[in-house]
Amino acid sequence: MNSVLLLSYLIGSVTFILGLKMLSHPDSARKGNLVAAFGMAIAIFATIFLYKNREGAALGNYGWIFSGLIIGSIIGTLAAKRVKMTAMPEMVSLFNGMGGACAMLISVVEFNHLHQHIASGIPSGELLIIILGMVIGTVSFAGSIIAWGKLNGKIKDRNIPAGQVINFILLGSIVMLAVLMFFEQSNLYIYFYAILAIAALYGILFVMPIGGADMPVVISLLNSFTGVAAACGGFLYDNPVMLTGGILVGSAGTILTILMCRAMNRSLKNVLIGAISSGKGNGGGGSKEQGNYKEISLNDTAVLMAYARKVFIIPGYGLAVAQAQHVCHELEKLLEAKGVEVKYGIHPVAGRMPGHMNVLLAEADVPYEKLLEMEDANQEFPTTNMVLILGANDVVNPAAKEDPASPIYGMPILEVEQAEHIIVNKRSMKPGYAGIENDLFFKPKTSMLFGDAKKVLQDLVTELKTV
Amino acid sequence: MEQLSLFFREHYDIITIVILSVFLGIEIIGRVPSVLHTPLMSGANAIHGVVVIGAIIIMGEAEPDNYLALVLGFLAVLLGTLNVVGGFVVTDRMLEMFRKKKTS
Repeated sequence: MNSVLLLSYLIGSVTFILGLKMLSHPDSARKGNLVAAFGMAIAIFATIFLYKNREGAALGNYGWIFSGLIIGSIIGTLAAKRVKMTAMPEMVSLFNGMGGACAMLISVVEFNHLHQHIASGIPSGELLIIILGMVIGTVSFAGSIIAWGKLNGKIKDRNIPAGQVINFILLGSIVMLAVLMFFEQSNLYIYFYAILAIAALYGILFVMPIGGADMPVVISLLNSFTGVAAACGGFLYDNPVMLTGGILVGSAGTILTILMCRAMNRSLKNVLIGAISSGKGNGGGGSKEQGNYKEISLNDTAVLMAYARKVFIIPGYGLAVAQAQHVCHELEKLLEAKGVEVKYGIHPVAGRMPGHMNVLLAEADVPYEKLLEMEDANQEFPTTNMVLILGANDVVNPAAKEDPASPIYGMPILEVEQAEHIIVNKRSMKPGYAGIENDLFFKPKTSMLFGDAKKVLQDLVTELKTV
Repeated sequence: MEQLSLFFREHYDIITIVILSVFLGIEIIGRVPSVLHTPLMSGANAIHGVVVIGAIIIMGEAEPDNYLALVLGFLAVLLGTLNVVGGFVVTDRMLEMFRKKKTS
C-alpha cells in the first residue's frame, strides 16, 4: 500500500482513539467529535485517490463514488440539522441502521464478486468474514429500523409468543447454513441469501418485544454491532483504519451499553429478555384500588410557587415532547425574580436517553449550576417546599424502592416524597413508559396539574405575573 | 481447516490489532458521566461510519458493465456517507448545548 495512504490511515485510527477519549469528558467532548470527523475525512479522501488493489490498479467509477458521497453528505447534514432535539435518539438509530446496511451491501457485492471470479471456490477465511459482516450488518440494520420506528411511535410494542424460542431457532439456522456453505460447492447463492433473510428477520424479532424505555440501550448495543460489522470489512480489505475504528466502536459501545444499564440499575440480560414480562404484568389492574388523586388549579399552583422558598423542577419526557424547555426557563427566571430558589433535579435516564434532559435544558440556556444530579438532588429534597414534576413518571415512582414485584424495582429514583408539596404535571393519568402505575400520584402530598407541559407552563407564567 | 489455519497465520498481525483495540476501547470509555452517554454513543455511531471506506473500495473496483455491483456499491457509499456525515453533525449539535458548561 502507498505509504501516504498508510499514514492517512494511521492518522485516522489515532484521531478515532483521541476522539472517543475526548468525547467522554464534558469539557473536551465537542472538540473530540471534530477531531474524529477530521481523521475520518482524511481517511476517506486518501482512499479515493491513493488506494490501489493487489494488481496495482487505482479505483475507478469516480462519478458514482462522488455522487454517492455528495448526495449522502447533503441528506445527512440536512437531516441532522433539521431534526428536533426530542427526536435525536431515533435519528441516531436511523444513522446506525444506514451503517449496518452499508456493511451488509459490502458483503453482498464482495460475495458476488468472489463467487464469479474464483473458480475453485471462495477461500474459507474470506467467506467466514463475509458471512459474519453480512449477518451482523443485517441484524444491526433491521434492528435499528425497528428501534427507529418504535421511538417515533410508528411501531407499537408487540409481544411475540415464544419469542425467545423463535430467536434461538433463527440464530441456530444462521449458524447451520453458514457451516453448510463451507462444505457446499454449488448453490452457494441460495445459502447466502437465505442467511441474509433470516438475519433480517432475527434483527426485527430481536428488537420488537423490547419496551420503548429500553430503546437507548438497544440502540447502543446495535451501535456496537455495526462497529464489528465495519471491522469485518477492514479484515476483508486488510484496511487498518476500518479495523481499528470498527473494533473500537464495538468494544467501547459494548461498555457504554453496560454503563447505561447500570445507570438504570438493571442488567443487560434483564433489558433484552426480561423486558417482555414487564410490559403487561403489573400494568392495568392496580388503578382502581389506588384511591383518589386530587387536582390543583393553575392559580393555586402559581400562589404556592410564588411563596415557596425552594422549588425543584423535575423534567421528564413530557417536557421534551411538548418542547417546553424554553417556557420552563422563563418560569424559573420569574420565580428567581420573586426570590424563590429554583433548581432542577435530573435523573440520569430521564427522557428517552441518558443525558437527554441536560441537552434540552442547556438548549434553553438554563445555567449548568442549576442542574443537580440525582444524588445531590435527593439530599436537598427534605428542605424543599415544592417539587414540580413535568412529564416525568418512572424516575419518581416510589415502587422502585418499595415494591420488589415491580419491574423497575431497584432503579435509583428521585426521592421527591421528602419535599413538602408535590405537583405533577401530566397529560392524563395514563401510566408512564414502563407501563406501571405510580403510587406517588395518589399520596396526600401530591396534587395533579393536567395538561400539555408547554401550555401549562405558559399559563403558569401568566398567572405568576399577576400574583 | 487447513485453509483456516493458513488464514490465521496470514492475518496474525491483524488479529493482534483487533484484540488490542478491544482492550483499548474498554479503557477509553472507563468513566464517562451519564450526561455524556448520548453524545458519546452518537459519536461512536459516526465513527463506525468508517465502513464507507469499504463501500468506496467495492464501488471503485466494480466493472463498469456490472450494473448490480454498481447499483449496490452506490447505495453502500450513499448509506455509509449518511452514517458518517449525519452522525458527526448530529453529535456536534448535541454537544453544542454543553458549550456554556463550566465545571469549576
